[in-house]
Amino acid sequence: MSLSHDDVRRLARLARIAIRPEESAAVVERLNRVLALIDQMRAVDTSGIEPMAHALDAHFSGGQRLRPDAVTESDQRELYQSVAPAVAEGLYLVPKVLE
Amino acid sequence: MLNATLTELSAALGAKNVSSVELTRSFLERTARLNGELNAFITVDEERALADARRADQRLGAGGAQPLTGIPIAHKDILCTRGLATTCGSKMLETFKSPYDAHVIEQFDRAGAVLLGKCNMDEFAMGSSSETSYFGPVRNAWDKRLVPGGSSGGSATAVAARMAPAATGTDTGGSIRQPAALSGVCGLKPTYGVVSRYGLVAFASSLDQAGPLAKSAADLALLMNVMAGFDARDSTSLERPKEDYSRYLNKELKGVRLGLPKEYFGEGVEPDVRKALDEAVRWFVAQGARAVPLELPNTGLAVPVYYVIAPAEASANLARFDGVRYGHRAREFADLDEMYCRTRAEGFGAEVKRRILVGTYVLSQGYYDAYYLQAQKVRRLIARDFAQAFERCDLILGPTSPSTAFAIGAKADDPVQMYLNDIFTIPAPLAGLPALSIPCGFDGKGLPVGLQLTGNYFSEAALLGAAHRYQQASDWHLRVPKETPL
Repeated sequence: MSLSHDDVRRLARLARIAIRPEESAAVVERLNRVLALIDQMRAVDTSGIEPMAHALDAHFSGGQRLRPDAVTESDQRELYQSVAPAVAEGLYLVPKVLE
Repeated sequence: MLNATLTELSAALGAKNVSSVELTRSFLERTARLNGELNAFITVDEERALADARRADQRLGAGGAQPLTGIPIAHKDILCTRGLATTCGSKMLETFKSPYDAHVIEQFDRAGAVLLGKCNMDEFAMGSSSETSYFGPVRNAWDKRLVPGGSSGGSATAVAARMAPAATGTDTGGSIRQPAALSGVCGLKPTYGVVSRYGLVAFASSLDQAGPLAKSAADLALLMNVMAGFDARDSTSLERPKEDYSRYLNKELKGVRLGLPKEYFGEGVEPDVRKALDEAVRWFVAQGARAVPLELPNTGLAVPVYYVIAPAEASANLARFDGVRYGHRAREFADLDEMYCRTRAEGFGAEVKRRILVGTYVLSQGYYDAYYLQAQKVRRLIARDFAQAFERCDLILGPTSPSTAFAIGAKADDPVQMYLNDIFTIPAPLAGLPALSIPCGFDGKGLPVGLQLTGNYFSEAALLGAAHRYQQASDWHLRVPKETPL
């Protein structure tokens, strides 16, 4: 399976990454090298094999730990917003999305 | 003092032969002298380090000291440190100062260790050479024209060049063990879930695990005693009784069943690497270990599987970098969508973008089953290989990396050549198993060779014990790189 320029444009759009036209050829070429590598695992017969989503699911059958549904965090809005590019009155500022 | 082990430093501090402030100053001075060339550190905050050291000296005087109290430690710049830059080697986080500390940082703080600085790394831990950092490549202390390995290359160089007595790293597909091997130091990737990922900037969450890098296996054990432990803030952190990772350091090797997978000694391994490994195997057997020939038939599939799973998880994890809540934001944009697209185009480097695009592809409609789901199934086959192997052996021995360190730039243009360098380090994290790398010799060019030991779940203490026995009979781990003499 090989990706075309259009395929890569679509992926970049989904991933919200702008690709400049002059970069495009190199991006497509290297992505296709990576795809050729990962394609090697497609032919493996995995019928009847359960997917392994978690590193320890082969070891623990109980699944991930759950905690009681209780409030454990205090309000730290100011602290967390202190690292944001643009905030005002406790809100994150972004370009206008509604007319 | 610069070449002392943690045990020796701890004893010297306890006996008041040296103060933490003196010790910290000597490492800060060496770092100031060497870092310009080696680029192992992104941030060194001398005032903060000395403030930590003064607090440690008070504690040492008051009698409340722990083994690492007063010892300077370098941290990979992927672990969040409150009020101090946490860049992850990326322009995206160039000016980011975390509002909180990672659990690992808190643990070292509680133990009274000194935070020496933050180490350079491949951007977002995506790489095997520490060349993809926005802050420039890290250099290998044994030969400055070469890479130190990656992604924890800054941590490995800091320890190799004796700029820090020990460091932390993180390992997703080999990022602790491969740089340890290429830089002639020791590194351990613990069992998944043993060290909390809280405050560790996420790359591939089902694989990421923090661990220590140091000069010896005994030092790794002391560091693990601080790093490991349950933390409710990481949902994959395991609730287990506290263990002493030093407890098997003096255990005999007699009767240990040493698994030798055919796939780890085949073609693709450099002859000098093979030679050093063969000698180490002979030593283990001479100590009474029993060699058990094995097969791990799905080894060759580990790299392709990893390059589906890790990018898939990365594409989801890195979606948070959108220029809204933290990190870089593009200066010019017409609307919100363009703000996202430009912010991410400017903030991420080429390798990070490539992995996000691969991840987006393998998770996209119509391809999910063929790639992502199939990779998860083959991942189970790889874990099964190990489960079957550990019915017949206690430890698996092999090379950490098929080659010694390579030149800066040599593989930078071919992602696949770079990826294949991790063929022996990728299987353990896919299965969630612990593994370590220790030096076991040098190649004809004088570059260090790494030996990897992989064990069953929670066998860290046994791995460290076997490595320690080997290090009592060899001095590979004590050699100081010739380009950075003491």
